[in-house]
Amino acid sequence: MLLIHCPYCDETLPEAEFAYAGEAHIARPADPMATSDEEWRDFLFIRTNAKGPHYERWRHVHGCGRFFNAIRDTVSDRFLMTYKAGEARPALPAKEGAE
Amino acid sequence: MSRYRIPGKGRVDHAAPVRFSFDGRSYTGLRGDTVASALLANGVHLMGRSFKYHRPRGAVTAGSEEPNALIGTSRGKGRFEPNTRATMQELRAGLVAESQNKWPGLGFDLGAVNDLAYPLFSAGFYYKTFMWPRAFWDRVYEPVIRAAAGLGRAPSEPDPDRYASRYLHADLLVVGAGPAGLAAARAAARAGLRVTLVDEHAEMGGALLSDPGVVIEGRPAWDWLAATLDELRALGVRLMCRTTAIGYYHQNMIGLCERVTDHLDSPPENAPRERLWRVRAARVVLAQGAIEKPLVFDGNDRPGVMLAGAAQTYLHRFGVLVGRRAAVVTAHDSAYFAAFDLADAGVRIAVLVDTRDAPPAALLDQARRRGIEVLAGHSVTATTGRLRIRSVRVNRVRDGQVAGGRAIACDCLLMSGGWTPSLHLFSHTKGSLIWDEAAQTYLPGETIEDCHVAGAGKGLWGYGAVLADGDAAGVAAASALGRAAAGAAPAVAHDRTGSGEALRELPSDLAPSLARAFVDFQNDVTAKDIRLAVREGMKSIEHVKRYTTTGMATDQGKLSNINGLMIAADTLGKAPPQVGLTTFRPPYTPTTFGALAGYHRGSHFELTRKTPIDPWAEEHGAVFEPVAQWRRAWYFPRPGEDMEAAVARECLATRASVGIFDASTLGKIEVAGPDAVEFMNRMYTNPWTKLAPGRTRYGLLLGEDGFIRDDGVIGRLADDLFHVTTTTGGAARVLTMMEDYLQTEWPDLRVWLTSTTEHWAVAALNGPNARKVLEPLVEGLDISADAFPHMSVAECRVAGIPARLFRLSFTGELGFEINVPARHGADLWRALMAAGAPFDICPYGTETMHVLRAEKGFIIVGQDTDGTVTPEDAGLGWAIGKAKPDFVGKRSLSRPDMVAPGRKQLVGLLTEEDDVRLEEGAQIVDDPDQPLPMRMVGHVTSSYRSATLGRSIAMALIENGHSRIGEVVHVPMPGRTHRARITGTAFYDPDGARLKL
Ligand SMILES: [Zn+2]
Repeated sequence: MLLIHCPYCDETLPEAEFAYAGEAHIARPADPMATSDEEWRDFLFIRTNAKGPHYERWRHVHGCGRFFNAIRDTVSDRFLMTYKAGEARPALPAKEGAE
Repeated sequence: MSRYRIPGKGRVDHAAPVRFSFDGRSYTGLRGDTVASALLANGVHLMGRSFKYHRPRGAVTAGSEEPNALIGTSRGKGRFEPNTRATMQELRAGLVAESQNKWPGLGFDLGAVNDLAYPLFSAGFYYKTFMWPRAFWDRVYEPVIRAAAGLGRAPSEPDPDRYASRYLHADLLVVGAGPAGLAAARAAARAGLRVTLVDEHAEMGGALLSDPGVVIEGRPAWDWLAATLDELRALGVRLMCRTTAIGYYHQNMIGLCERVTDHLDSPPENAPRERLWRVRAARVVLAQGAIEKPLVFDGNDRPGVMLAGAAQTYLHRFGVLVGRRAAVVTAHDSAYFAAFDLADAGVRIAVLVDTRDAPPAALLDQARRRGIEVLAGHSVTATTGRLRIRSVRVNRVRDGQVAGGRAIACDCLLMSGGWTPSLHLFSHTKGSLIWDEAAQTYLPGETIEDCHVAGAGKGLWGYGAVLADGDAAGVAAASALGRAAAGAAPAVAHDRTGSGEALRELPSDLAPSLARAFVDFQNDVTAKDIRLAVREGMKSIEHVKRYTTTGMATDQGKLSNINGLMIAADTLGKAPPQVGLTTFRPPYTPTTFGALAGYHRGSHFELTRKTPIDPWAEEHGAVFEPVAQWRRAWYFPRPGEDMEAAVARECLATRASVGIFDASTLGKIEVAGPDAVEFMNRMYTNPWTKLAPGRTRYGLLLGEDGFIRDDGVIGRLADDLFHVTTTTGGAARVLTMMEDYLQTEWPDLRVWLTSTTEHWAVAALNGPNARKVLEPLVEGLDISADAFPHMSVAECRVAGIPARLFRLSFTGELGFEINVPARHGADLWRALMAAGAPFDICPYGTETMHVLRAEKGFIIVGQDTDGTVTPEDAGLGWAIGKAKPDFVGKRSLSRPDMVAPGRKQLVGLLTEEDDVRLEEGAQIVDDPDQPLPMRMVGHVTSSYRSATLGRSIAMALIENGHSRIGEVVHVPMPGRTHRARITGTAFYDPDGARLKL
């Protein structure tokens, strides 16, 4: 079971308290009706499917209830970092994995 | 006492005999025995039949890696367990054990004809034989295979035992309490770490239990062991025996399965049988040792053939001789020590065959002193004996040439093909395994977990080296956690070191096509099978594994993987690492479903939510159905009524006078705040701005993809307060979706969301007399038709209870939904029942609710929709606020596929024969005479018998259904195909006149 750090509670807690919520940094267009069919399709369906670091959303559903963002390596299943919703997409941490 | 037990020897209690039975025969063993050691003490080697060829088999190991000696054990009704390893099951008084894969008996087994047909059962046999004709598969092949296959028999009764689960946190978890694990635990505990040490056996000590002659820190091994365990206890180390580390999961979470009562004569009342531990450890030391490899030669599976190390264990731990006249065949020094110990205990060593040309001189010297004949540079090419080995055929090998053989009589054959580091748990971490050319085995490489492999698992051999390595691992764990630790590598005398060579199958002068040289005992895979698989094109070990099933049995190839790999690599002419290694997966050994389920069984499997009105329903004979974790009253049968009769009566009574329904399970969300109306406008399809406080509206919620997600009536209580209802099953999903948008897309909106589902109990009154029942109970509100019209909401008191009163209808009748604080729900219900008595008020359940709404064509989200239905498809286009610039899902409604012709649309269906009720889910076709497979144009979503209309009704999703009203379609069902006419969905009172009462 993974350990996940909630950036709002500032605690590292078991995965069972959290729920995955899809890829991060896919903002809903400000005016959806102004988007083309292709743009809207991309917003709805097109995802990165990363092998390696993946920016994704989680919710501390059995805790504070807040949605937050994380970078998780989909190969090792390690969380590289978590950060609050609304914060800019951070660069990858310099060194990945535990030492 | 049996002639195979040495009085006073071993760690068993010679003063404590234990009676048990095996295949109906009674035996006596000793306290401390396993079933295997007790049977061996009684001279019984034959413990089972093999899976495919039904060959007689005996125990080949003394541990959890045992592939052959699988037995069924039972302790009364429901307490039968198949595939228990006789080598691990401790003896208990009255244990009833049985062998497996035999019929009619273990000694004479008809399935053994498969063995005569061995040349037919080649690798890929199933793939090749049962291919054709296709029609044979269902009727002939599968039933025959299923009857013949299967390992043991499945229990037939519910398991009455309890299973527990616990969490544990530790600084250091040490897996394996052999010398390396003990040394690691001691070093870490001395440095102040919280240490847990686990071992799968009944007692700790590992290999030390089988090597009492070794001297550590000046003491004989067993004295050192006792003193070390005393010290660990004193240091507060948690010692857990009979506890198997079954899996290594993320971030140093290790699953342990502790066997609590299987070894006890009579378990304490209510004690759990097993306990599953989830351990989170800062550091882990894996000290799981190494597993001895069999040698591969014709007849290597006969009862009496076993690993040399196992014979040594039976001798020292249990005081049991596995035979009186032993032959030994080895490729490793370690078997010499087994031979020496057995010889010293009085066993005649008939011959010691060493595959190597030049064994170490010191060992030869010790053998000579004991009068043991050593045949170096020799091979074993066959064995004889039906239910027990009687002789072994030995051949000289020189320059690859195998000379003629001679038979040597023996009653057991001890083999050693060297040792495989036990790296299963390390593999669970996705740790890399590195092929070591010198050791001819895989050794642990890198892992991302905070984990350290120590001892024989690292390829080390000899007690001195292993103890030093364990000690270093403990020191390293302490240092990693910031504790100063001083190493104290124990000094060892009379050490047993050694090395060996790794082989393929042993060289032979006999025809390889007939050799039964087993690689995987449990799945009956031979060296010939593996070579054939490679010749037929299986080039990766993963393909070889699936084609031959080698390594796929319950032991996951603990004995066979490396032998199989060596043979496959040899056939391919490649180095073993180029052929690969199959992946080990949890659990390390077979684990009961009980342990994994733990407390989550029966009523604890899933929670059951009950409404405040549930006790009344139960008292009044309701039949219940589960709906999204809720237990809901389904219908209220009167004596003699079946469901159909009860539902018909409930429907008619409601339409004729008044019915009452427990609607408490509806999801309820309070949306509050200055921007509540803006939030509602963005979430729901409907316009909310002009909805005045005191009014309600049917709300439709889409996903961003434009498909219907949920619906419900929503009341505006104040400018900044909405009372949202959702479907029973959708409550949590809708709240999550709202929170998601509020937190991440529109954090600027000043809105607060509160789940109030369980705060309110809800009684729905429906029927032409609903107002007459309710009116006398209402205070502070005029509920006349003019003052409180359809789709109104207000706060008032009902039966003296503060209430939110809705006027709405999910039945088509005059309807009210009375929300009161949950604690008053039962009182409200009783007051309404009393007030309704003069009107013959009729309580109804979910089935009647479904029928009444279907008569009106109201949809149930999730029944009449399936995640691909748009508002237009469902005939709900009127619920869309077309003037709104945006709402969730709006943009998708104009995507090309959403407006293209041919979409499935919700319509009504009336069968031509009134009394035919279509099956929900039945497919719909236009032409019933078309060839198979037919083109399906839709399916039935809802279907009921309507007492009100005196006929069946149905709803369906049909391609272009809205423009096909009046057409006839066909519905194939079991038995015959029915004709039905497409209609609108409102079957009853389509103009809604009855709502206006
Ligand atoms: Zn939190």
